[in-house]
Amino acid sequence: MNQALRPAIGKPVERVDGRLKVTGGARYAAEFKVANVAHGVLVMSTIANGSIRSIDTKAALSAPGVIEVLTHQNAPRVRFPQRPQTMDDYVAPVFGRSLPVLQDNTIYFNGQPIAVVVAETLEQAEHAATLVRVVYDERPPATRLESEIARAFPPQEGLMKESPTDRPADVVRGDPQALSKAEVVIDETYTIPIETHNPMELLSTIAQWTDGKLTVHDKTQWVANTQGYLALVFGIPESDVHVISPFVGGAFGSSLRPWAHPVVAAMAARAVRRPVKLVVARNQMFTSHGHRPYTVQRVALGAGRDGRLTAIVHEGTAQTSLYEENTESLVNATRILYASPNCITKYRLVRGNIQTPLYMRGPGESSGVFALDSAIDELAYKLKIDPLEMRVRNHATSDPSNGLPWSSKSLLECYRRGAEIFGWSRRKLEPRSMRDGRYLIGLGMATATYPTLRMPASARARIFNDGTAVVQSSASDMGPGTWTTMKIVGAEALAMDLSRVRSELGDSSLPKGSVHGGSGTTASVGSAVHEACLAVQAKLLALATIDQRSPLNGANAQQVTAENGRFFLKSDSSRGETYAEILRRNNMESIDVTVDSTPGDEEKKFSMHAFGAHFVEVRVDAELGSVRIMRVVSGIGAGRIMNEKTALSQITGGVVGGIGMALLEETVMDHRMGRIVNASLGEYHVPVNADIPALEAFFVEEHDDHVNPIGAKGIGEVSYVGTAAAVANAVFHATGKRIRQLPITLDKLL
Amino acid sequence: MKPFAYTRVTNQQAALQAIVQDNTKFLAGGTNLIDLMKDNVEQPARLVDINRLELTQIVDQNGGLRLGALAKNSDTANHQLVRERYPLITQAILAGASPQLRNAATNGGNLMQRTRCYYFYDVAMPCNKRQPGSGCGALEGFSRIHAIFGASQQCIATHPSDMCVALAALDAVVRVEGPQGARTIPFADFHRLPGDTPQIDTNLKRDELITAIDLPASATRFSAHSYYLKVRDRASYAFALVSVAAGLEISNGTIREARVAMGGVAHKPWRATRAEQALNGQRADEATFHRAAEAAMQGAQGTEHNRFKIELGRRAIVRALTIAANNGRSV
Repeated sequence: MNQALRPAIGKPVERVDGRLKVTGGARYAAEFKVANVAHGVLVMSTIANGSIRSIDTKAALSAPGVIEVLTHQNAPRVRFPQRPQTMDDYVAPVFGRSLPVLQDNTIYFNGQPIAVVVAETLEQAEHAATLVRVVYDERPPATRLESEIARAFPPQEGLMKESPTDRPADVVRGDPQALSKAEVVIDETYTIPIETHNPMELLSTIAQWTDGKLTVHDKTQWVANTQGYLALVFGIPESDVHVISPFVGGAFGSSLRPWAHPVVAAMAARAVRRPVKLVVARNQMFTSHGHRPYTVQRVALGAGRDGRLTAIVHEGTAQTSLYEENTESLVNATRILYASPNCITKYRLVRGNIQTPLYMRGPGESSGVFALDSAIDELAYKLKIDPLEMRVRNHATSDPSNGLPWSSKSLLECYRRGAEIFGWSRRKLEPRSMRDGRYLIGLGMATATYPTLRMPASARARIFNDGTAVVQSSASDMGPGTWTTMKIVGAEALAMDLSRVRSELGDSSLPKGSVHGGSGTTASVGSAVHEACLAVQAKLLALATIDQRSPLNGANAQQVTAENGRFFLKSDSSRGETYAEILRRNNMESIDVTVDSTPGDEEKKFSMHAFGAHFVEVRVDAELGSVRIMRVVSGIGAGRIMNEKTALSQITGGVVGGIGMALLEETVMDHRMGRIVNASLGEYHVPVNADIPALEAFFVEEHDDHVNPIGAKGIGEVSYVGTAAAVANAVFHATGKRIRQLPITLDKLL
Repeated sequence: MKPFAYTRVTNQQAALQAIVQDNTKFLAGGTNLIDLMKDNVEQPARLVDINRLELTQIVDQNGGLRLGALAKNSDTANHQLVRERYPLITQAILAGASPQLRNAATNGGNLMQRTRCYYFYDVAMPCNKRQPGSGCGALEGFSRIHAIFGASQQCIATHPSDMCVALAALDAVVRVEGPQGARTIPFADFHRLPGDTPQIDTNLKRDELITAIDLPASATRFSAHSYYLKVRDRASYAFALVSVAAGLEISNGTIREARVAMGGVAHKPWRATRAEQALNGQRADEATFHRAAEAAMQGAQGTEHNRFKIELGRRAIVRALTIAANNGRSV
């Protein structure tokens, strides 16, 4: 058997869950009907630092319908181990401990869950939650990064001999003094505020105990992580935790970790001996999961007059919580994106009274590349070199950080085609030189990149005797189309018609999927599905070739190929039989194989990244400062694209997110109280339809045999990365104003 | 949300009887009130649903218009006579909220909207408007969306309505019904400045019901030269950082009468009377508009976060007047 891979971009496939989603048939965590369910509502702290002196639940307990109120005084004791000794949560920071929810009276941040009210109805629980009276011993909060920067420290993870994430270590390449020797230097500081994921679906859990076993319907990007975490926290075997999460209504990273709410829901369900549904309210969402951390970045670039980089210095400082050291790849893209012989990257953390941050789409890279590609743009203007030409001149033909060849890279083609489609050549070099009446026109661009991740994952493929098949993994689908992609991967590997293959996801009883994040689901779970399909096909073929009743009897695997659910001899297509015929003859209802798929040593031989380029045209009102995005063209090279139809949606979705980052998104903290002031979708602005023009995107085909068995690199993050820089660069081109502090609101342009 | 009693009334008399009970509020479109109840900012004991009252008509009134208090914002904005006589009203309404909200929201309710101040909305924060005596969180806090005119040490909140800015510019009159019968309130006197009582938004008495809003016939003279300019952070579904309702009566290039009101700058729709004085009798040209803008912004006081509104307001007034003078078409 030797299946030729389809061409990189196949024909468009409709989302298998599209109809379910628009008709309400797709069930999200809080929508499952569970008999006798009680409703939990969280009570959150209203101070950012200190402790609870007393908490009075009498009024709440006597309110109508209330069953129980749990606080640190009466909640079940559970276990939150110290990492890295015991990893309880695979996405958590390597150093620290999960928020010990309802275990003691310490307040680490404003908006921390301090009690849960359980009642017969949601409305009763919501009302009773307002009746819980708390007296605090309050200390001044520390939430402003700049005020604490003297206490910045290198993350412990970066000091480990072998960091499990390879993120935070200081890295010096080449001459550490190169900057001071450069002919031309740019040295600037860029600030990005806290941004909150704000997915449509709220964090939700329905928890139910049956004979000591726990079942949870939960919104999660990693079913296996939630399962393992709850098992460890409650001290029960993993096999006694069943996590069900077939659909996720957007997450952008916010549900990579289990957080406190499934623990609280399970505690409450145990306490009241009933199933408990806990939905985190929108305003509570801002502190119930992580966020893109507040960062301050210094980027210094040295170059020759020809625009070739001779030195890069990138020092990033990010905020983390009091109890965990959250790290991101803030400065990592800088090590690989441009060919400079000399490069220094440093990463520091500052603690504050905040919830632990967590990856938000394009984590690290989105923030880091905003700073780097803004600085590259600044250098281009200083040298009077076209910003695109500047990037082409510094294109890295191999990985500058380690000298490894790229597994594949089509960045130059993304630049070229993107510029052509976008019409880059009409751009005038000088800022503030293009006008349309009272509007200033600006054209900007930036580079996108994201590493290709492949993680261990398991999958099962099963062929039925009715000529259908199913591929299964516990992985989640938060919206990119994983249900559809896995079906496509399965149908192709099984050589079956697409309509005969279905996928099943999002249930911990299925083979363990990898994290649904880091743009790694297709590469990881897809590879597992691919391998499982090839394995079950081989197993099925073996039943035929050893069987005298089969027309394929005696053939070896190399002589056989398959098409449309039928094996046949390559030399004589009339000699063959269908999968279903083989199963029926053997009185088998189905045949299946489960595989555990792991990456090989490709990482040691190749540097594997997706690359791309974003081109943005803005129109800035010369007097009023308002910025309108007129056009975006994004070109992405990301290996094999499994389904261009859903993949293009993912690219334009990422661009929308990047536009939000550039122009609108900011979680505002009142540092006096350490409390977020705009915790609502009314006042935390994300782009609305009217802000977004028609977005154009294209893929550059890459045949990459090195990254993984299916040749896919992942596209969720790379689409986001670079967008904010491209917008900021376009705004500079329009106005001559360089905005180094996101978001670019109109007051900064007046 | 605190539990509450709900009654529906079908005539005005029943409404007026029901409202006299303690801690009772009228429920019309509910687009703001229900949100505030969910956030425990408003905790009425009783809601009196007035949606069945016959107050939805929009009718001619001696060449002006009477807008029923319960006419929907979207029906009002798209009413043929409103579009013809008061395009400023149409533009202002359509600049606000979203189609879904405008379909639910009523004209009377629009007047009764409460501020969008962050501190007002969060019961864990101090706010004199929500809880008199607790302090103003915004005064030394985050005040980007707050007032630059008419604020007090007790409150620097702004009124969020777009429609009301246009109503203020056109000298609308609010018709109310109370236990002592009907009365009218000139629009300029309807909303209040915060002073020492920021908890009181309007001069409507708590036992009174808004029945209609009258637009005078005299204000139709601005229909040819009016414009509502809204400056905001995104293209839709955001409150105004600064908005300007401009109406000009121009003959032979000279401004006979001008109306200018601003939104997003004060505790009430802010009538820029100094700007109007600077416009009346002058040539409708850019120099005049700049002088009017300067005059309008006199006395504005910004905070660290909202100081930009002073310059933005100046520019927005010039822009709005320029477009208004150009028959309401963008230039």
